[in-house]
Amino acid sequence: MLRLASGEKVLSYVLILPASLFLAAFFFVPFVQVVVEAFTGEEGFTLAHFRTMADDWKFGPALANTLGLALVVVPVQITLALVMASLVTRLERGRDMVLYVFTIPLGISDLAAGLIWFALLEQNGFLNSILYGLGLISGPQNLLDYRNTAALFAAVVVAEVWRATAIVLVILVAGMGLIPKEYDEAAEVFGAGPLKRFFLITLPLLRPSLQTALILRTILAFEVFAVVAVLAGNNLPVLMGETYSWQFDLQDHKVASAYAIVILAISLAFTVFFLWALRDRTREAAA
Amino acid sequence: MADIDIRQVAKRFGNHQALHAVNLTVADGEFVVLLGASGSGKTTLLRIVAGLEKASHGTVIIGGRRVDDLPPRRRGIAMVFQNYAVFPHMTVFDNIGFGLAMQKVPAAEIERRVRRVAELLHIEELLKRYSGQLSGGQRQRVAVARALAVEPAVLLMDEPLSNLDALLRLEMRAELKGVLQESRTTTIYVTHDQVEAMSLADRIAVMHEGRIVQAAPATEVYHHPATRFVGGFIGNPPMNFLPAEREGEGARVAGHLFRDAPAADAALLFGIRPEDLVPAGKGLAGRVRVVEPLGPHQLVTMDLAGHLFRVVLDNDLAVRPGETLTLAPRPGRVRWFDADSGVSLTQTTQPEPATGA
Ligand SMILES: Nc1ncnc2c1ncn2[C@@H]1O[C@H](COP(=O)(O)OP(=O)(O)O)[C@@H](O)[C@H]1O
Ligand SMILES: [Mg+2]
Repeated sequence: MLRLASGEKVLSYVLILPASLFLAAFFFVPFVQVVVEAFTGEEGFTLAHFRTMADDWKFGPALANTLGLALVVVPVQITLALVMASLVTRLERGRDMVLYVFTIPLGISDLAAGLIWFALLEQNGFLNSILYGLGLISGPQNLLDYRNTAALFAAVVVAEVWRATAIVLVILVAGMGLIPKEYDEAAEVFGAGPLKRFFLITLPLLRPSLQTALILRTILAFEVFAVVAVLAGNNLPVLMGETYSWQFDLQDHKVASAYAIVILAISLAFTVFFLWALRDRTREAAA
Repeated sequence: MADIDIRQVAKRFGNHQALHAVNLTVADGEFVVLLGASGSGKTTLLRIVAGLEKASHGTVIIGGRRVDDLPPRRRGIAMVFQNYAVFPHMTVFDNIGFGLAMQKVPAAEIERRVRRVAELLHIEELLKRYSGQLSGGQRQRVAVARALAVEPAVLLMDEPLSNLDALLRLEMRAELKGVLQESRTTTIYVTHDQVEAMSLADRIAVMHEGRIVQAAPATEVYHHPATRFVGGFIGNPPMNFLPAEREGEGARVAGHLFRDAPAADAALLFGIRPEDLVPAGKGLAGRVRVVEPLGPHQLVTMDLAGHLFRVVLDNDLAVRPGETLTLAPRPGRVRWFDADSGVSLTQTTQPEPATGA
């Protein structure tokens, strides 16, 4: 039993004080401001801004697109990252090198990533040139046609997967490294083939890392913005884009704050859901 | 049930030779202990038999079948890992039944067999718990139960008791012996603890720097060490060694002439266990330096012609530091070694063939 003496206890509080003050000044204060903005009007408390937001014709599509993107992008990323992490972990040599290459997209901002994919996919872009060069198409195709929402959606999914799978990969590779190899070996000795070992041993033992990756990626997915703006412009409205547009184009901070609160609420709901769904069940059983 | 035949197995890690052409046979139902200091290659050899490590050279045959290219799950083995490797996300029941479930044994049969081994290891009341709610000793029982549940042809254990505290280790050792004797499963058991090895083994294979230097029943390893290393490694306190000068048919050791030294060209080394000496009128004479009472015996450390020499004597004998003590070996207990190679010249068994090569 390690008990800190009361003097040391005081010291630990003193030591975390600067960080706490920093958080309060740069996170909590703006947060409270946003809440106040969203819920107050001339006569105090009001839900009018939320009504304005919900009544706007773009709110429905923005909500649907944002949720839809998250629901497609996150599972694809998790699955891809799991496969890649399993392969990377198995490498005996050059593991770090492969990981560095895989994580290059992490160093690129979302705006730049959007631009890269735009350059690839636009009418005179790289993909068109290749397809044309191979004689597969007779002339430039408009892959990012504003009338084809499905194509725009798919383009955003591809760009997002390319851009942000690596962060999941890094988390999962680190998580797999923490699992003692004896568990896998024991499963192997007792008759489990590679697939069984993955689903019965690795995946359940990866639970804490999966939880972290899911929460992190889902929250980021609800904040998707720059990639969508570059690839789809206004034709694929998303919540973050609407927040931006109310704040800067329409100069209505109140409705923008309402949007921010909605994003926060969804993120929070999913975080709580993942914390609950992927909790450590082994602690619950009565001893 | 199966026998194991390890032939010329060698293993290199990079440019480190962990095993040098090891040969070992384990008969059907036999309990062999691999005993050696840390780093001597015990785990590596066990993992090669299990199929968790690939030999650089050589062959392993289990039950008459070459298994070199078979994955662990096709070798008919079960293993108890040093840190138990009890799956933390499964209940004790699911852990013990894991191997059976993998073999697609019907649920009712799994239930029956899990309960039977759980009873055998006194963990019936833990079946619903998770690994995190168990003590080290309980986890160890679960690991053994999981291995026994599949009724393996061969059981491999890597230092299964080394993480337990001393008292628990003693208790588990006795219990393990009882359980394993009953199952008569062919077993290779790795340990660095010589008392554990002596207590459990039908045969001890002593490992040293990637070689098996002797494989024989415990009493034989103790009384007829195949090399100087084995004599010094086994026994506490270890065997005493003194340089010997050849003199006619015999040899002179610390001034005393032994008449029956082996006839060999090699330079001689004299060896004797500390408890194999008795006070006598003439023999090996030296000055007593330290006397340590050990309950039924006393451990006397003396200076014999400049060499440290330990004797275990009855404690009714009055011995005081500073006085001179003269000791004679009990009949038939002197061991002679080749002073250069360290190989015994009086042994009754040969080391496993080709190990020293
Ligand atoms: N995976 C490995 N890579 C490199 N060297 C290893 C590896 N496993 C074991 N060794 C080396 O092989 C030797 C024997 O190791 P080991 O079989 O674990 O010994 P023991 O179990 O007797 O303590 C040691 O020197 C160890 O450092
Ligand atoms: Mg070891």
